[in-house]
This record gives sequence, C-alpha cells and structure tokens, in this order.
Amino acid sequence: MLDKNGIAKRIAKEVKDGYYVNLGIGIPTLVANFVRDDIEVEFQSENGVLGMGPFPFEGEEDADIINAGKQTITTLPGASFFDSAMSFSMIRGQHVDLTILGAMEVSENGDIANWKIPGKMVKGMGGAMDLVASAENIIVAMMHTNRAGASKLLNACSLPLTGVGCVKKIVTNMAVIEVTENGFKLLERAPGVTVEDIQNATEGNLIVDGNIPEMEL
Amino acid sequence: MINKKVDNISEALQGVTDNMTFMFGGFGLSGIPENAIAELVKLNVKGLTCISNNAGVDDFGLGLLLQQKQIKKMVSSYVGENDEFERQMLSGELDVELIPQGTLAERCRAAQAGFPAIYTPAGFGTEVAVGKETREFDGKMYVLEYAFKADFAFIKAWKGDAAGNLIFKGTARNFNPNMCGAAKITVVEVEELVPVGTLDPNEIHIPGIFVQRIFKGAHFEKRIEQRTVRQKA
Repeated sequence: MLDKNGIAKRIAKEVKDGYYVNLGIGIPTLVANFVRDDIEVEFQSENGVLGMGPFPFEGEEDADIINAGKQTITTLPGASFFDSAMSFSMIRGQHVDLTILGAMEVSENGDIANWKIPGKMVKGMGGAMDLVASAENIIVAMMHTNRAGASKLLNACSLPLTGVGCVKKIVTNMAVIEVTENGFKLLERAPGVTVEDIQNATEGNLIVDGNIPEMEL
Repeated sequence: MINKKVDNISEALQGVTDNMTFMFGGFGLSGIPENAIAELVKLNVKGLTCISNNAGVDDFGLGLLLQQKQIKKMVSSYVGENDEFERQMLSGELDVELIPQGTLAERCRAAQAGFPAIYTPAGFGTEVAVGKETREFDGKMYVLEYAFKADFAFIKAWKGDAAGNLIFKGTARNFNPNMCGAAKITVVEVEELVPVGTLDPNEIHIPGIFVQRIFKGAHFEKRIEQRTVRQKA
C-alpha cells in the first residue's frame, strides 16, 4: 500500500520529456517533487503562470507571484505570465499535455466528481470543470477508498459530477487503473497489495487480464 | 492623447449606486483593486452583484463589502476562505452562482470583445449546464454561456499612464485584462502612474481604449494569502 508520496512518485513516471503539465491541489502538487531531473517539463498554474518553480526562500515572497492554491511561488528561466482567458485557452485548447487532479469519486465510464458534497459548504469548482472537459490526458490521483472505507471507484458517481467520460487513468494507494470502454482495467498493483485486495476495494467493474505486475517506483 | 486620468478616488467611482453589477479583477487576494474596494466600503452602496473569481477573506478584499452586507449576489468560481461569506450563504442572505473558472474568464472576454455568448465544453453533463442550451460540434458537446453585463469593472494594474495604457505584474494579472472594457465603465488603479510616452508601446498589455478612468492608488497592502517558503540549503 502506498502513501500520498508513493502515489505522487508513481504518477511522476507518467510525466514525459517536453510535457506541459497542470497539477491540481493535494497529492498532484507532490508529483513535481518526483519528476526526473533529466527531462524538460513545464508546470502550468491556471491563475496565469507557465514555468512554475519551487517556493521562494524566506524573505523573497512576492504577493504578485502565486499559484492556483494562492501559495507564494517562484518562476524558472523561460517562464511566462498571462491572463485568465489565455490560461484557459491553453487548457481548453488542449495545449496542456497532462492534467493531474484529485477526486472524491470516479465511475467506470470515466466520470469524475470532485467539487461538491450535498449538505456541506460548497467552495466551488475553480478550474476543475474546464480542465476535465478539455484535457486529453487526465490522471486522477486519489486514495482507493474514502475515510469510511467505501470504494471511490464506482459503477456510477453518487456525488454531483465535475465532468463526464473524461478520466483516462487512476493511480491510487493500491493500484494503477486504466479507464476503458468496458470498465476499470487493472494495470499494476501497489507493493504488498493483492489483486483480491483491489477487487474488494473496487465497487465498479474491474477487469483483471492475466498476471498483474507490481508497480515499479 | 485622450486623457483618462482622474484626480482622486471619489472621481474614479462617480456614478456608483445601489443595485449595480461590478466586476473585480484578482485571484485570491493577488491583483485585487484594493483602493476601489475601500471606497465602496465608504460609499456603503448596497444590493450589489459582484463578478469576481473569489470573495476575499473576512477582513480583506471583497470580505470587507460582505461585512457591511453590501453584496446581494456573488458570481465566482471558488469561494469560502471566509466565515462571514459562509454564514450569509447558508442563511440565504447571499445569493451565490458558482461557475467554472475558464467560463468566468471567457464570459468577461466575450463582453469585452463583443460576443453575446460562447460555447464551452466546461460543465457539460454537470449541474452547471442544467437549463442551458447545449450543442454538438464535431462529436463533442458544448454549453452556451452568455457574456456578462456589468456597470463597472474595477481593475488593478502595476503601471499605467494617463492614456489608460496598462502593464500588469506577475500572476496579479489574472482576470484584470479580461475585465477591461467588459463593463460600461472600467476604472483602473495602478501602483505607478507614469508620464505618457514612457511606456514602450510594444510592452503594453491593455491599450487605453478599454479604460475610462485611471488613478494612482493611495495605498496597496498586497496581502499574501498563503505564505509558503523553502529553507536555504
């Protein structure tokens, strides 16, 4: 079973040389820490920066340079700033190669729910609906089950949707799963996790085809 | 040169009345029109509809207008860093319309650019699209979203001149350029008001044609919402 850093580490392997990548808040943010040093990747933040760098050193914070989580950041050589409409032109226009975001639920047809729980304070979707409606390559980073132990990989989402039929791949603390026309296809197991464990933690249709390898981290 | 410079904040906000619709630039607390907000607090106009990505925090940004119950409706993509906002929303005093962030930007840009509406894939199949026209293009579904109609746009820029030409800084740019010219009257506050002719025309982000009034802001706190740092190795 992986922890949050383990999930981020596995997802980092999906980040290829030359990719422009948008990272959501939470586990996705950690992915930046594990991307290989020998490839060129630029991180986009939807509030208007491409070429995001690490947090600033103490005393060098700038109120005018933040990420979409409103955290102070730095920029790397080659970075650029732009307005919100242009930022979403990059996203909607499919110029961003990979979007990594968290989810509360994913269904076997690739629907995602991650912005609203009825009866609780709703903070809003931010840029998530634009991202999932447009990106060709969406990876969901999440725990396989919720705090109550219930599966987050479902036949159909029970929460209000963020987007329909958009998720392509899911990396959880237990498995790497591809969303196919026939349901969730199990690709890899986390270290120490059996196919049966994954089966038991997955409510939606899980396709197990042949021998399922353990993840290489 | 057509002069857009006004001498003070009260001149800049002349014509502001109850029940108007305002646009506010800014993402979180970055790039918000602090001086215009302070003046709106002073004027205490009520029944406002505010189009802004976020709603400030309890004691800064649009949170200051919420404290005085000046806002009737918020149109935003992400809210709730703000206890008073939550209280007013849950009690029904405040009407909140949540829309996708890219849709918010493009509804501003449509108003600026003279488009009555745009089609976006964002929100299709979700509750955001309920009751809206949808249409298929090349096998993919899109939602029709209308251009905003607003009375004033309140903008924060870094540098500007009396002609209304603007340059923004860093991610404080965000929605500000998209809202310029998207309302009947665009009011810009700048940190530096420089003499006409000193800005390089090649480097201007927003030409003065989109601006009606410009002034040098008396005070910018530029508060940081999430101060994150790393240690020197």
